[in-house]
Amino acid sequence: MKASITLRVDGEQRSLRIDTRTTLLDALREHLGITSAKKGCDHGQCGACTVLLDGRRVTTCLSLAVACDGATVTTAQGLARGDELHPIQQAFLDHDALQCGYCTPGQICSAVGMLEEVKAGHPSFVTEGLTAPDELSDEEIRERMSGNLCRCGAYVNIVAAIREAIGKGATP
Amino acid sequence: MIDMLETRAIGASLERMDGKLKVMGTAPYAFEHRLERPAYLHPVQATIARGRIRKIDTAAAESVEGVIAVITHETAARLASDENKELWVLQSDEVHFRGQFVAAVIAETPESARHAADLVRVEYQPAPHDVSFRADRKDLYAPKAVNAGYPTDTDHGDAETAFEAAEVKVDSTYTTPMEHNSPMEPHTTVALWEPPKLTLFDSTQSVHSVRATVAKTLGLEVEQVRVVSPYVGGGFGSKGEPHAHNILAALAALRAPGLAVKLALTRQQMFCLAGYRTPTIQRFRLGATRDGRLTSIIHDVVELTSRFREFAEQTAVPTRLMYASPNRRTRHRLAALDLPKPSWMRAPGETPGMFAGEVAMDELAVACGLDPVELRVRNEPECDPESGKRWGNRHLVECLREGARRFDWSRRDPKPRQRAEGHWLVGTGVASSTYPRYVLMGSRATIRVGEDGRYTVLIGAADLGTGTWTALAQIAADALECPVEAVGLEIGDTDLPNATVAGGSSGISSWGWAIVAAARELRRLHGSRPPMGAEASAQTPKPADDDKLAQHSFGAQFAEVRVNAETGEVRLSRMLGVFSAGRIINPRLARSQFIGGMTMGLSMALHEESVVEERFGHVVNHDFAGYHIACNADVANLDAVWLDEVDDRSTPMGSRGIGEIGIVGAAAAIANAVYHATGRRVRDLPITPDKLMT
Amino acid sequence: MTPFSYERASDAGSAVARVTANPRAAFLGGGTNLVDHMRLGVAHPELLVDVTRLPFSRIESLSDGRIRIGAGVRNSDLAADRIIRGRYRVLSQALLAGASGQLRNLATTGGNLLQRTRCAYFQDVTTPCNKRNPGSGCSAVEGHNRDHAILGASEHCVAVHPSDMAVALAALDATVVVLGPQGERRIPVVDFHRLPEDAPERDTVLEHGELIVAVELPALPVAAHSVYYKVRDRASYAFALVSVAAALEVSNGRVRDVRIAFGGIAHKPWRALRAEASLRGAPATEESYGRAAEAELADAKPLKHNGFKIPLARNTLRMVLRHLTPGAQR
Repeated sequence: MKASITLRVDGEQRSLRIDTRTTLLDALREHLGITSAKKGCDHGQCGACTVLLDGRRVTTCLSLAVACDGATVTTAQGLARGDELHPIQQAFLDHDALQCGYCTPGQICSAVGMLEEVKAGHPSFVTEGLTAPDELSDEEIRERMSGNLCRCGAYVNIVAAIREAIGKGATP
Repeated sequence: MIDMLETRAIGASLERMDGKLKVMGTAPYAFEHRLERPAYLHPVQATIARGRIRKIDTAAAESVEGVIAVITHETAARLASDENKELWVLQSDEVHFRGQFVAAVIAETPESARHAADLVRVEYQPAPHDVSFRADRKDLYAPKAVNAGYPTDTDHGDAETAFEAAEVKVDSTYTTPMEHNSPMEPHTTVALWEPPKLTLFDSTQSVHSVRATVAKTLGLEVEQVRVVSPYVGGGFGSKGEPHAHNILAALAALRAPGLAVKLALTRQQMFCLAGYRTPTIQRFRLGATRDGRLTSIIHDVVELTSRFREFAEQTAVPTRLMYASPNRRTRHRLAALDLPKPSWMRAPGETPGMFAGEVAMDELAVACGLDPVELRVRNEPECDPESGKRWGNRHLVECLREGARRFDWSRRDPKPRQRAEGHWLVGTGVASSTYPRYVLMGSRATIRVGEDGRYTVLIGAADLGTGTWTALAQIAADALECPVEAVGLEIGDTDLPNATVAGGSSGISSWGWAIVAAARELRRLHGSRPPMGAEASAQTPKPADDDKLAQHSFGAQFAEVRVNAETGEVRLSRMLGVFSAGRIINPRLARSQFIGGMTMGLSMALHEESVVEERFGHVVNHDFAGYHIACNADVANLDAVWLDEVDDRSTPMGSRGIGEIGIVGAAAAIANAVYHATGRRVRDLPITPDKLMT
Repeated sequence: MTPFSYERASDAGSAVARVTANPRAAFLGGGTNLVDHMRLGVAHPELLVDVTRLPFSRIESLSDGRIRIGAGVRNSDLAADRIIRGRYRVLSQALLAGASGQLRNLATTGGNLLQRTRCAYFQDVTTPCNKRNPGSGCSAVEGHNRDHAILGASEHCVAVHPSDMAVALAALDATVVVLGPQGERRIPVVDFHRLPEDAPERDTVLEHGELIVAVELPALPVAAHSVYYKVRDRASYAFALVSVAAALEVSNGRVRDVRIAFGGIAHKPWRALRAEASLRGAPATEESYGRAAEAELADAKPLKHNGFKIPLARNTLRMVLRHLTPGAQR
């Protein structure tokens, strides 16, 4: 079955006609040619497909595009302003928080979304007393970013990059 | 004597040159190239582990809207070469393993391709299958050689007699499970047949290897095939050789000329179609004098291969060089089973072999009452034990000492189970690390002079996250005596000169040397100011002293773990690797490689296991929820440093290769730390809570 | 995936009617389990009724001290809610222990309750499974069953329920509010999920077409002093080997009130009533905790690969109770 939907993707209004079975991930990649969201497992188990959907970080491989009609999507491509990188992206480069790069756009969207959650006072599993943390410890960053697998093992540098971005006031 | 390069850019911590595209997500991986007329391929897989296809009914599949064609062994084009049975795709009714390709649907959309694939009806004539991996099998056999051409067995002195007579003995069996490389980017081929030309957009560690193999298998001229792979989302060995999906995509393209047929394996499919590391059962014996001097080393390895094509992991090979002993015996035996073919996985051989060997050394240290670092120093061999060759540059002892210093090892109480923080028992462990220095023959680099002092460097090399885009530019800059910004590097395309595989940690050494040779050829032909349009080309030269020297990198891994005394959960608290790998081309990128390898070793120690279901013949935990790789929360303070050295016997860059050594010994260091924390010796990976529950 | 049509429900009543009328219709929440299963071929609805825009997205404090959680509230929002964090800590922790940040932003309260087992044989349409295909056999009983049940299983099914949230809700005596064609009904969480018995294809007591609209928490002072501990093979983003949700109130050295539920060991969250009975009024000591754990696990039946769950469940429960005991060493 086909459906017509509109999405606002990386600042641009897009209309598309998709199969009801088409996930938001495949709508982005195959219909709109926006490949920064990546398919690592297609079953919600790796986080490579993470984008910001209406401002929240989500995996897109299990979201039906038709159910996202009208939504605003920001991918890693959209976080950059033309040639100017988002502070998180720059921090990833500075700290070499990537290797093969396949999980990287998902890591970046996840980090941006995660910092928004912190700003909104959301606890994580390791938050002492469940009260909002004033300072994000490394343990907090690791736990909050655990939904993004990295087989190249760039975790140590990912944490360092996020830490630096926080230090530079990356929480927008 | 190697003519050494003067370095300026080499040694600089330049930012990764492909980094900007990658953080934006716009670097195109194989599935992502913009092509005019895409079609989608979804395979059908065998549900038996052995037997024959009796009948395939594709009528329902073909009637699904959007389906272009369904190919089976009855309709697919005939392949020209059956030399590699793994690649003999859709050519016969034989089934060799559960999950093998038996048909495929080509369709206009991925949804219709997948749906139609579910509608293909296959009837099988199953045969009894055997996937039982045990050391007591009567049909274990000795392969003619093990991977990388090493001898299957070695025997020096009289190891058995010396072991029996030893004052102190260790005799333990260590087991490592089947493991899957699991790169984040699935194996992918997009195939476009525009007769007579076949173009493959692929994800591979060697574009030229894929081209040569696909051409040969399909019966095409090599010149008809082009393989493009500028960015690879990880490989770790699994993309080192072509697999069935390369052929399946090509067959589908032949069936649908003019369409770019896109195939990416699902994560589930990667557990039977992308290669894996064999499980091992290793009996390791050490005999020593009371003061810890080895008199006998015996390493007996049992591992598996597929029945239809052999792969023998060189598990006992590192044992042949690590420590001095007058008596030593190593042996590999294989069980041929109805499973997919194993293949390379990061540091094949060294990884499982050094797990057994380095835990055995820890057991010996305990038995002798010696510090484990000291035990290793005490048994440092003057030259390569088996060949008698001089070491090129062996610095294991320095790595151990430096690591011990940085890790505060001297304050360690060797008695196990002495430290606790609440529920958590704390312990530390050490292990050695090693990896050979390989320079492969056959790479060629071409350098062209452009405008304004710019150069274009062409070589079909691969960057899997390994840093090739950057490291080769640095090498070229120094070879050409120009700034790095003046170098335009092109890699990852068979239109470029031949390059050897990104494997064996040999890439930068082999390709870099070809670039140095080409730059020197350019100077020889055109002087130090070559005119625009000038060009030169050269191959990696054969290193003159390779026959005389034993060239290896070494390292030391130190780990501290915390083990929950109630639940058996093991968590890494800190880990340090100290490596000796020659000159480091780019410290920033090298550190990433080392810690990446160590992280994979942590994952091997605590999490990874592919469970083979004997009744069905498949890996039952075939996804990321069932097969655990380390997540961010698993990795605490983990760091790598290296000795400051220049290896003037290895390459003109002074380097030796670093892609794999990081994983070697990591799992043993962690297992030894678990013993130190708990007093319980776990010899079977992964070390999961159930293994520590009383 | 088989083709399907998609509709957005405008009100709960018509959503219920729509799905009730079509045996091959299903409700769509966050999709994180349903879409997964549709891709695996385990689920094949021909109609999806999207209920995420129904007015069930609020967490309300009711006048009698109960909390009413809309079925559409996302897991992350529920975990972050100040009242939940303050007064029902175990629920917040259980939610945060589950899945990943991204999945928690999508998953709904209702969907979390309805998620199905992650048994590898259930999820693979090429291996026999009584839950997926009644009468075809249980592959796990004689297979790889490290992740499977030690309590309440039957010869037909040894699967475990994967939800962390449901374990906390079971410990808290929560109630599931359901709308069906006959109207609204209230089902205690402890009765919501079934044991497999001889009908493992039925995970819950819901009839086709019934829609979860809310989950209610009773006013429960002991819940403020509660914790969720999850033992898993890696430090995050993994299902439980064993988990414990517990709340404990100690007065004058004796257990005044206690709630305990286990996860990862049965087809449903395992409310540990025997352990609770053994503890009420007993001294708040290691010995009592040990006895309570023994009582609850007395009937535990190990399979070939999961016997370790018995001592693990025992140890974890003792550790958690110890942690909740005032003044005791952490």
